[in-house]
Amino acid sequence: MEALTDQDGIKRYLVNINVNGDPYTVIVKANTLLVNLLRDQLDLTGTKKGCELGDCGSCTVLLDGKPVNSCTVLAVEADGRGITTIEGVARSEKLDKIQESFVNNAAVQCGYCTPGMILSAKALLARNPKPTEQEVREAISGNLCRCTGYVNIVKAVLEATGD
Amino acid sequence: MNENYSVIGKSVPKMDGRVKVTGQAKYTGDLKFPNMLVGKILTSPHAHARIISIDTSKAEKLPGVKAVITHRDVPSLKYGISPARWDENIFCIDKVRFVGDKVAAVAALDEETVYRALKLIRVEYEVLPAVFDPVEAIREGAPRIHDEYPMNINTEIHQNFGDVEKAFAEAHHVRTDLFMGQRTYQCPIEPHSAISIWEGGKLTVYSSTQSPHYHQYYIAREFGLKMGDVRVIKTFVGGGFGGKLEPTGLEFAGAALSRITGRPVKMFYDRHEMFAHNRGRHRQIMEVTTGVDKNGKILGLHANFIMDGGAYTSLGIASAYYAGAMLTLTYDFENYKFDMIRAYTNLPACGAQRGHGAPQPRYALEAHLDMVARDLGIDPLELRLRNARQPNTITPNEFKVNSCELTACIEKARELSGWKQKKGNLPSGRGIGLAVGSFVSGAGYPIYRTNLPQAAAIIKVHEDGSAATLYTGATDIGQGSDTVLCQMAAEAMGYFYENMKIVSADTETTPHDFGAYASRQTLMSGSAVKQAGEEVKQQLLEMAGEMMELPPGELDCREGIVFSKYSPEATRTFAEVAREFFVQKGPLVGRGSYTPPKLGGKFKGAPVGTSPAYSFAAQISEVEIDGETGQIDVKEVWDVHDCGMVINPALLRGQVHGALFMGMGESVWEEVVFDKNGRILNGNLGEYRMPTAVDMPKITSELVESYEPAAPWGVKEVGEGATIPTMGCFSNAIYDAMGVRVYSLPLSYEKVWRALKEKKEMESGLKSAAGRIYDKC
Repeated sequence: MEALTDQDGIKRYLVNINVNGDPYTVIVKANTLLVNLLRDQLDLTGTKKGCELGDCGSCTVLLDGKPVNSCTVLAVEADGRGITTIEGVARSEKLDKIQESFVNNAAVQCGYCTPGMILSAKALLARNPKPTEQEVREAISGNLCRCTGYVNIVKAVLEATGD
Repeated sequence: MNENYSVIGKSVPKMDGRVKVTGQAKYTGDLKFPNMLVGKILTSPHAHARIISIDTSKAEKLPGVKAVITHRDVPSLKYGISPARWDENIFCIDKVRFVGDKVAAVAALDEETVYRALKLIRVEYEVLPAVFDPVEAIREGAPRIHDEYPMNINTEIHQNFGDVEKAFAEAHHVRTDLFMGQRTYQCPIEPHSAISIWEGGKLTVYSSTQSPHYHQYYIAREFGLKMGDVRVIKTFVGGGFGGKLEPTGLEFAGAALSRITGRPVKMFYDRHEMFAHNRGRHRQIMEVTTGVDKNGKILGLHANFIMDGGAYTSLGIASAYYAGAMLTLTYDFENYKFDMIRAYTNLPACGAQRGHGAPQPRYALEAHLDMVARDLGIDPLELRLRNARQPNTITPNEFKVNSCELTACIEKARELSGWKQKKGNLPSGRGIGLAVGSFVSGAGYPIYRTNLPQAAAIIKVHEDGSAATLYTGATDIGQGSDTVLCQMAAEAMGYFYENMKIVSADTETTPHDFGAYASRQTLMSGSAVKQAGEEVKQQLLEMAGEMMELPPGELDCREGIVFSKYSPEATRTFAEVAREFFVQKGPLVGRGSYTPPKLGGKFKGAPVGTSPAYSFAAQISEVEIDGETGQIDVKEVWDVHDCGMVINPALLRGQVHGALFMGMGESVWEEVVFDKNGRILNGNLGEYRMPTAVDMPKITSELVESYEPAAPWGVKEVGEGATIPTMGCFSNAIYDAMGVRVYSLPLSYEKVWRALKEKKEMESGLKSAAGRIYDKC
């Protein structure tokens, strides 16, 4: 990774990442978090910040297809890798099946946990297209929701598994 | 659901569902403005200390820092919920009163610089003795937290209705129990934030708020601005649950920083700072005494409470009154006494959390009544049926209850849960418990003293009639008020939900409304919206009458079609009539407002708890307890609600699920804990344990038929009511399973385990358990 040193002697790194299919080259500090790179530098604010400690799951994105808390990933760690954020889930006017199911099942209330929930669910369905209810609950257990009691979220994910 | 209606009573998808699943919904923290600065507040590391000096010079010199402010740079006017209890300053002047109290603020180019600058502010403190327990706080000789409040008594309530002493003297059985609550926190997933833009004497604040109007009122007051020069705009809000109702300090500090720097300033709390700012649920110490006749009929009730208010009033006076006021709603009895002291302590201030002051007292009463039922040998469900409030009655504290289907709720919950088969017949370690609750559908009086209407609405039909926009100050914080109000507007107009647009909660463009609290919007904002919709329809029908050459009284409009009630073939579309109206008369606009009737008695505190209508609910839970570890496994919960006519069943059930979830968290896991110096030990979402998806049991949410005469289309509240019975219902299920009563919240595994251990020891004659709970007080 190429590095530049600024006037205060702080190193900046050149990071190449692919977000939602688009290539980006950005300059970050060693301690820049992936969530801040996405939100502040790329303006992809669909990825939310709820705790900045990896507890709430609001900042979940897919890193090479795997769900991660982007607040506990350094931007430099994402160099050369592919990221999917909520903005990349539906590529057109047509919603992804999981998104549609969230809307139809009243699984969205305040919506703040929703992007992270949808990405966790997407990762689950990619590796396990027919999960049981318990598997769905486990897959989203790292995503906290304060509004729904998870009832309709679980229902929405299960319904999105149908053909 | 009801064939008389076209739009309401249907689970239409939420207005904002799509933007929220695509990530397009913008919350305050997502917004950016050119030239925007980032601001943070410096808080106190001490629970109680005198401020000797504040030196900001080093921080000011740090490159990138644009302003550093303290109490010297902001108005010193105090704020709070009511003039008699204004006790909070934008920044502390002489003293800090809890760990997290606001001392100074910085605005800088970026977040990193802000944090570095905060560390460079030198504050010299003289540390003072602190007090963290409300019982100790009101003892002689305790450290005085506010000079103006002797004995640290923030609020003292003594209400007496009927003759409780006489009722107890005549009772067949009198029982007293003592319960302890805990501090909990709302924990909305979105942290608080505010962006302030002060430009040419006008201040605009984008805020994560439950009540733009209340923020506008206090910001204008603090800075001596006209209300009209303060614009508060709610963005999407990531949950509130009471914690975003009052000003957080971010909007005051941000406003001052923006005025000084001439630039937009974004302020935010991180997760720990949210816990420190708090305004969550009060910890209450609750002594409940009931006198009953031999059939279990309640003759009198005495609620004797102390509440830990924390360092400031916040919304806590209301919480204190609500704590006792709401106990009278569910049962029919005449003699009631309520004593309460809200004490100041050197902990973060408590405020309004879902259910406001009511859930902990309700836990106490419901657990207590189960013990009363046990004493009398009566089934606890039967005891509730014998006492259940009936419709068209008045409580001893003079709340008028119109619709009330509590009996039907209890009976339906009994059927659904299989209570009759299960009660007394479940295997060892398994138990079933019941509790009931009730809540206001909007507070009968505004949040501050004013004669403004509670709610107002404007509907503007677009020029060609292809859409209509509802302008409302009602505040959607996720619960779905935008959706429900648009359904109501469309119903009243005879229009389509799908063609409705909404502009809500922007104090400059939308008419006044007090916002999202006290479960008020479906009834109160809904009343204003209904009136506005009917005004649109009236004008539309008059226009259609001219076009169709028929008397307007003969016409009606439904689902976008104007038709004659007598000759169905004569029709016009809503759109063509609306267009003609615009051509001939200009904008087609309807207006509405809502002021509740005069409610309640004349005694001190009488307004708190008044409401045009009350919801009722019964909850039953079934639990399994691991006798070795005390682990509580909730098998299923049944909630049966009387919430009047339902506008959107899917959203209503979502409210029940969420409220139950929160109640369950508070029942078993949730508690904010402090070290001996008043520092929060678990101010994060890892150690403050709210339930995850794997913790949640099966929930059955059902309704009973009900219609509220005082409300538009007979609606009532649901958002908070469902959180009220939950803790009592779990306590009773645990008791049914194991024969042990945990007298303090949360009913944690450890406490259940200890209670079981104590029971075993008692049974083997080793130790008396009495007084254990008293020791704690």
